[in-house]
Amino acid sequence: MSKPLKQIHLAAHFPGVNNTTVWSDPAAGSHIEFSSFAHFARTAERAKFDFLFLAEGLRLREQGGKIYDLDVVGRPDTFTVLAALAAVTDRLGLTGTINSTFNEPYEVARQFASLDHLSGGRAAWNVVTSWDAFTGENFRRGGFLPQEERYSRAKEFLATAHELFDSWHGDEILADQATGTFLRDARAGAFTHQGQHFDIEGRFNVPRSPQGRPVIFQAGDSDEGREFAAADADAIFSRYATLKEGQAFYTDVKSRLAKYGRRPEDLLILPAATFVLGDTDEEAAELAHEVRRQQVSGATAIKHLEFVWNRDLSAYDPEGPLPDVDPVVAEEHISRGRAQVRMYRDPVAIAREWRELAEANKWSIRDLVINTGNRQTFIGSPATVARIINEFVQADASDGFILVPHITPGGLDPFADRVVPLLQEQGVFRADYEGTTLRDHLGLAHPDTGRRTAAGAERAAS
Amino acid sequence: MSPSPSAHLHLAVALDGTGWHPASWREPVARPRDLFTAGYWADQITEAERGLLDFVTIEDGLGPQSSRRHEPDERTDQVRGRLDAVLIASRVAPLTRHIGLVPTVVATHTEPFHISKAIATLDYVSTGRAGLRVRISARPDEAAHFGRRTIRRTDAHDGPGAHHPFTELFDEAADYVEVVRRLWDSWEDDAEIRDAATGRFIDRDKLHYIDFEGRFFSVKGPSITPRPPQGQPLVTALAHQTVPYRLVARQADIGYVTPHDADQARAIVTEIRAEQQAAGRAGEPLHVFGDLVVLLDDSEAAARARLDRLDTLAGEPYRSDTRVFTGTASQLADLLEELATGGLTGFRLRPAVTGHDLPRITGDLVPELQRRRRFRTAYDATTLRGLLGLARPANRYATAAA
Repeated sequence: MSKPLKQIHLAAHFPGVNNTTVWSDPAAGSHIEFSSFAHFARTAERAKFDFLFLAEGLRLREQGGKIYDLDVVGRPDTFTVLAALAAVTDRLGLTGTINSTFNEPYEVARQFASLDHLSGGRAAWNVVTSWDAFTGENFRRGGFLPQEERYSRAKEFLATAHELFDSWHGDEILADQATGTFLRDARAGAFTHQGQHFDIEGRFNVPRSPQGRPVIFQAGDSDEGREFAAADADAIFSRYATLKEGQAFYTDVKSRLAKYGRRPEDLLILPAATFVLGDTDEEAAELAHEVRRQQVSGATAIKHLEFVWNRDLSAYDPEGPLPDVDPVVAEEHISRGRAQVRMYRDPVAIAREWRELAEANKWSIRDLVINTGNRQTFIGSPATVARIINEFVQADASDGFILVPHITPGGLDPFADRVVPLLQEQGVFRADYEGTTLRDHLGLAHPDTGRRTAAGAERAAS
Repeated sequence: MSPSPSAHLHLAVALDGTGWHPASWREPVARPRDLFTAGYWADQITEAERGLLDFVTIEDGLGPQSSRRHEPDERTDQVRGRLDAVLIASRVAPLTRHIGLVPTVVATHTEPFHISKAIATLDYVSTGRAGLRVRISARPDEAAHFGRRTIRRTDAHDGPGAHHPFTELFDEAADYVEVVRRLWDSWEDDAEIRDAATGRFIDRDKLHYIDFEGRFFSVKGPSITPRPPQGQPLVTALAHQTVPYRLVARQADIGYVTPHDADQARAIVTEIRAEQQAAGRAGEPLHVFGDLVVLLDDSEAAARARLDRLDTLAGEPYRSDTRVFTGTASQLADLLEELATGGLTGFRLRPAVTGHDLPRITGDLVPELQRRRRFRTAYDATTLRGLLGLARPANRYATAAA
């Protein structure tokens, strides 16, 4: 008997503060007006997506000591916009990235529990951690957390939040008007937590929410981040969207689950993915190149090179050759407030490699950045893209994707209209929602009952 | 800002659970089992909007409700538990069109950076109808929920300002609001330029570090959220004594006060105006609203009987920081007009039983005030500031640069 087909999970990442968003296109709308978020969410729900995803950054990015002005700048508060989106959608999951360093568990737990109540069980938390004093300058405690403690704080933060969620069991509210008993248990919400990072006690004031706990996402890629995910997360927002890398990551993370008493189906792997659709594969390839040119203006190309060179390159012509000077290797980096710079471990070697590439291909600075930077994950006709996505998931390179369109807010519509129906025809993506909560969509067990929807049960059986 | 005798009054409703009377949840109309659903809050706030009210406030706190002032109780006969007020407001914003949404935020244990962008975002999702009601937390048990500081148990008294036990907490709240306000202004309105020629999305010269350094915290800025539609969403605070009056005078657009008659109202308004002058805000608009708990019925006797019934259910007479009104809509309109002669420009009514008294406010009191030409007959502005006659303020940083 052949292995049953896996069901694909799809999510939509609101485009915004990142270098793939094309704000200069005539079709590009506001990144801050609620109407953009509502449009995007409604499209995702129309396409029966599992959830919408919001990223977060708590300090505006800077380069060379100045606010970075070439990408979209500015975003709304995560919790507040998700609560409003709960009013314009019925089923779509609502996933927010919330930092565990510049928040406290009591407040974050009551915000997620409240969001889960107000959305009828659709809340999810992408737990991220940072340590930089740069971001800390916006908060009471400043840059208080040593880098090596960031995961220990994140783990304890999450464990503490779970203790708060679990301090109500779900049967405390009797609200018997005749007898006058509102609470069955006078100690509902009582908690005590003593640890390295948090020493708190008292009474949590939000009753148990529909999902019990929000769905937990994790996005870090380090060994520590992977262990964190294997121990505590329901899903990983990963970066490996090529088949080989995806399979390697998938195998690695899923193999870490057993030691925490968890099964492979308890953790979903969902890489971020970009896409460009055309009527034909050829047309899509042309469009994809045009989108890359929109994404990488001359000014953006120079700034991109500065990430690697770690020095001011504003005197260089983006249409000219690469700089002869070598990168500055230093602790202090020209770019602040973004995670990407950590990816360049040996800048001098990268600079040498890029100069050779540029010379061999007769590329200008801008050509080089366009051609070596992140090309779109999926490029092709709707049929091609549907086929690649399905192959990817069936080959255990992921359990689905978090799609990042390059146009706000309409960039998801073509995917919803043209690719999703093909996946539905193939029987690998839901034709309609089978449950009401995000746990239902993802086939995750409810923490109180262990109950899963059929999709989750199938995954467990396969 | 003194009202002329026939000026329209402003009306807000303060929402707290099933109502302000601790036994309110036992009334058949109360819907206590729905308190933790979006539908409950949508129903209350759309009811308030049907009555053309200026705004609703939503109570909140960083610990369970308590019948004791500075510590939790172990009671099981009253409503315990609540949802985050900012998120309730945001959840209801897309379902309403005109009414202002003013959630409570606690300054004591939270981050001004987070709250600033949360209220700015509420202003975006409501297209210009957001505000906040700032309060402090003086409860030692709430401090223990955060574990970052210890707050000693103390009983409030209205001593001389410098010795007021919560002076520090109110000073911190004033700094907190200062940071929140500066962050709202940290983007100029036209900072987003989308200049394809230079590749720049923003003009970074129109974004500003706020560089706030105070006794309690420092915040660099700018906000991650652009300046909200109203420029400055509404800042409000409840005040009973000199120290909180000072917070109102320094930082608020509306202060809620608790006079029991027109003379008390006059004295409080005079004190707030003096503090306002001392704070250098003499010329700026500052509304002073009277807070009242209300029980509205067709006859005074019916309202009193209802209060007696609620008190019996609660096992004790209801005590409030405000005057507790029992009577008809016409009698309440008389009282509001009389209190307004003391210099109040509006009222925040606290329904004793939301399910009963809120529809009475919208269905009986509002028409009564309209007949007296003391209340609007249609929404006449698109933003909350507009409803309150407050202009959209200039950006402090744009002015400094000009």
